[in-house]
Amino acid sequence: MEATAAASRVVSAPENPPNPWIPRRFRVAARKQETSDTFSIELADAGGEEHEGFSFRPGQFNMLYAFGVGESAISISGDPAAGGQPVHTIRVVGTVTRALGALRRGDVLGVRGPFGSAWPVEEAAGRDVIVVAGGIGLAPLRPALHQLFADRARFGRITLLYGARTPRDLLFGDDLDRWSRRRNTGVQVIVDVAGPSWHGNVGVVTSLFKRVHIDGPDTVALICGPEVMMRFTAVELLQREVPIDAIHVSLERNMKCATGFCGHCQYGPAFVCKDGPVFPFARVKPWFMVREL
Amino acid sequence: MQTRDLEKYVAEHPFFAGLKSDYVKLISGCAQNAAFNKGEHLFREGDPANQFFLIRFGRIAIDIPVPHGGAITVQTLEPGDIVGWSWLFPPFAWTFDARALELTRVIAMDGACLRGKCDADTALGYDLVRRFSAVIAERLQATRLQLLDVYGTVKG
Ligand SMILES: Cc1cc2nc3c(=O)[nH]c(=O)nc-3n(C[C@H](O)[C@H](O)[C@H](O)COP(=O)(O)OP(=O)(O)OC[C@H]3O[C@@H](n4cnc5c(N)ncnc54)[C@H](O)[C@@H]3O)c2cc1C
Ligand code: FES
Repeated sequence: MEATAAASRVVSAPENPPNPWIPRRFRVAARKQETSDTFSIELADAGGEEHEGFSFRPGQFNMLYAFGVGESAISISGDPAAGGQPVHTIRVVGTVTRALGALRRGDVLGVRGPFGSAWPVEEAAGRDVIVVAGGIGLAPLRPALHQLFADRARFGRITLLYGARTPRDLLFGDDLDRWSRRRNTGVQVIVDVAGPSWHGNVGVVTSLFKRVHIDGPDTVALICGPEVMMRFTAVELLQREVPIDAIHVSLERNMKCATGFCGHCQYGPAFVCKDGPVFPFARVKPWFMVREL
Repeated sequence: MQTRDLEKYVAEHPFFAGLKSDYVKLISGCAQNAAFNKGEHLFREGDPANQFFLIRFGRIAIDIPVPHGGAITVQTLEPGDIVGWSWLFPPFAWTFDARALELTRVIAMDGACLRGKCDADTALGYDLVRRFSAVIAERLQATRLQLLDVYGTVKG
């Protein structure tokens, strides 16, 4: 153990950052079932006190390795100010995410990261911010929302538009409640279909644009969700004169190396892992309409 | 309610934005004020569609009845929205339910009365059909997105 601890100390020293190819061991410190197919896990460094804390910028992701099964790119969904313990919110869609979903408190997994670009929260200071999330897309946006609300006075009006499939698929209800009570803030939630007990909005997320006031030229937009939804959202924002350079989207592509070497995540001339996942919309717009990409 | 008030509400409703004042006056003759309590239906699937509604206040759920009772809500509408275009086309029957989610005030426009005025003045008819087409196109687009079930099959 002595030797391992010493080696870990060297690996995590600031002048010698963690090798991006080698997963660090983390333990599941807490697990929460968010919806029927989505859960959150909070991870604690299983390397012990010899490891440094875990810091990241909102929008970045980790590669989570379910030992013996495989690796998936998963955004960090916790509060960047909380430090130390990364939180991930994961929807079970296939082999790796199912294996990650089977992990219980105390189980160990591998973590590489954080990787990728961040939401331009700093650049939004002094301006209005509109955040548009669809489905699990709220997870990568939550750290940005935490950061915006932590420094509330530095931003103008904050608007969150969040669409999900049904009321049962809505994530982070407590956060939504808390944010909606903040000053100069609008939170609008909408679902595609609902039963009669739901008294909120029903329809597509873009139909919420009619319900909010947007001071287009002075607004920064952060969007994450299915690509179709992001495309239609960008159109609405452009119609409301939000400058194209002020619109930012987060993209997903299959990943392997996450470090810009293997080419798995190529999107036009960009690599999503290294140049993204957060891109200015102007940069990716030409490829948004290419069908096979 | 005074006719003048009705005219004012019709003129101010976003659906009729920019409509010539002569036409506002003309169609206000087909307008009537109405209110629905929470849970009350404006109409149900299969009912004759002889009206449409301009929402002034409150919220409306558009429900599609499903087998074994119950219904699923596929859209909610708010002040500034309109409800229904089935009054425009045969067989003039509603294809969904409309239910007030809270106390809702509307201007109910009589379909037969409006059709009569549109037939008599085709310029008015053209203007109205264009307005309805825009709403229908928007709803069709939204329905397509809902049918894609983007959150169900593709992740963000
Ligand atoms: C930068 C980035 C950030 C991401 N952040 C998150 C996150 O925060 N939370 C999260 O749950 N997921 C996130 N993802 C998606 C996640 O990486 C994939 O869902 C995961 O890798 C799927 O692996 P799997 O082995 O479970 O599924 P696979 O076995 O690879 O796939 C199983 C089935 O699911 C389908 N599938 C695969 N990927 C997706 C997908 N993304 N959406 C829908 N269907 C899919 C496949 O077509 C296949 O039919 C992110 C992806 C990227 C690139
Ligand atoms: S995942 Fe290898 S280049 Fe991006």
